[in-house]
Amino acid sequence: MDGNTAYIAAGWLVTFGTLAAYVGVLLRRGRRLSRQVPPESRRWM
Amino acid sequence: MTTPVASGSQAGPGAPDAGPRGVLSRGTVVLGVAVLLGAAALTLLGLWGTPEDRVQGEMVRLIYIHPPAATTAYVGCFLTTVGSVLVLWKRSQWWDLVAGSAAEIAAVFCAITLLTGMLWGKPTWGVFWVWDARLTSTAMLMLLLVGYLALRRLPADREVRSRRAAWLGLLLVPNVILVRQSVEWWRTLHQEPTLSLPGAKIEGLQLFTMSFGFLVFFAAFAWLLVVRFRVAWLEEQVEEQGLDAAIADRRAEAGPTGRADVEAR
Amino acid sequence: MLRDAALVAGKDLRLEARSRVALNQIAPFALLVLILFAFALDPDRGLLARATPGLYWVAVLLCTLLAVQRSFGVEAADGNRDALRLSGLAPGGIFLGKAAAVAVQLLALEVLLGLGVVVLYNTPVGGWLLLGSTCLAATAGVAAAGTLYGVLAAGLRVRETLLPLLLLPVLAPVLIGSTRAFEAALSGAAADGWPWVGLLAVFALVYIVAGALAFGPLLEES
Repeated sequence: MDGNTAYIAAGWLVTFGTLAAYVGVLLRRGRRLSRQVPPESRRWM
Repeated sequence: MTTPVASGSQAGPGAPDAGPRGVLSRGTVVLGVAVLLGAAALTLLGLWGTPEDRVQGEMVRLIYIHPPAATTAYVGCFLTTVGSVLVLWKRSQWWDLVAGSAAEIAAVFCAITLLTGMLWGKPTWGVFWVWDARLTSTAMLMLLLVGYLALRRLPADREVRSRRAAWLGLLLVPNVILVRQSVEWWRTLHQEPTLSLPGAKIEGLQLFTMSFGFLVFFAAFAWLLVVRFRVAWLEEQVEEQGLDAAIADRRAEAGPTGRADVEAR
Repeated sequence: MLRDAALVAGKDLRLEARSRVALNQIAPFALLVLILFAFALDPDRGLLARATPGLYWVAVLLCTLLAVQRSFGVEAADGNRDALRLSGLAPGGIFLGKAAAVAVQLLALEVLLGLGVVVLYNTPVGGWLLLGSTCLAATAGVAAAGTLYGVLAAGLRVRETLLPLLLLPVLAPVLIGSTRAFEAALSGAAADGWPWVGLLAVFALVYIVAGALAFGPLLEES
């Protein structure tokens, strides 16, 4: 049972870890890029 | 996963006419918070709230994330192909960005599917990888997506790149179908399909949790798609500015006639 | 359209007859791959003979990459792409012609590779009808898909590395189908092999149609 728990925990960690890392990359890239673009061409709905 | 909330609260009260500082708007912040709450609830339900399965025991707890991730990856592929068709048909730049964004997110979810599938397989089958039809065709899907994204990242004229990516994206779903079909046929001719995730046996709270997992993953996909689209949009703007600046430089070099032209702008 | 196809195929094959790139470089490469497989797998335990169908078709796919690169390398020089576009030939015809030229070269290579596995791997051969049909159907599919992805990658800066990444996953069904069909033919159970030939034929049909439709817009935009 203990071995299985480790695999389950790893599965959930991998899932949310990957998504969190991807979100972090996107937001950082968005912040950096939006500094180079005039505000009138980045009015989000 | 807390980053969207943090930067979102900064984005709101900025200078009145400066526009948002990042890629977040009020809508995405609300949706992002909802997704985070959903993910937290899913974790509680999946890891502690639900009982063990009679057949699979504890391993059922990966079923709340693995099939939703796989389905989300396929949704992303489908969206890429739809977007590519619209690029070719309507010459739409907007859909080009949607297609590219969806493919990248699909690749992320595909990687998650593969990793959770392997982590499920090790205790269940004793090995990380078996040449199961689904596992193999998911790996092929990943490679197809990686190829598509590689084409998109090439330095080339934007128009050329977008058209070629559109043809490649158009062929994505047919390829996925052909590969899936042949791999499935290949495996099942020799042996019974190896253990698949027995979703049919699930009922009650487990079924609810898995459906909830689908909901959370689809919402996360929607959020990522919007944000990725905005990043792609900004990238395109920056690229265009760079091009304009380069043209202006050339004109400035060209002499007084060119200079007048630039100043008129 | 078919006349245009014959024109383009004739042009590419004449070019090959004069430059002999396929003969002098791709064919020796194919034999080299066969020998490398023998180094990689123990040749004494009959492993090579048993693995022949798979090794044979992997070698064919590797040669396909070279043949497709060559087929579009020819067009890259001296603005040939523009010349093709302005030639007034039907784009579908150009596609069919280029694919046919690649297919002819690949079929010649397959004969050579067949001789190679018989001699080097000592593979017993049988089921000629199935072997031949498999070769024809698989080659049609490989050449059509290769030509379509070749034009997708052509003219881009890193095409040499991009083409294998784009093309090989797409060709996976062909590798699966042709290998199974060869296994069936060589083990004398030809009836098991024909469904796979059907799969190869469907694949070829899909890519011939897709290529004929896509080639015009793809040639035009760049």
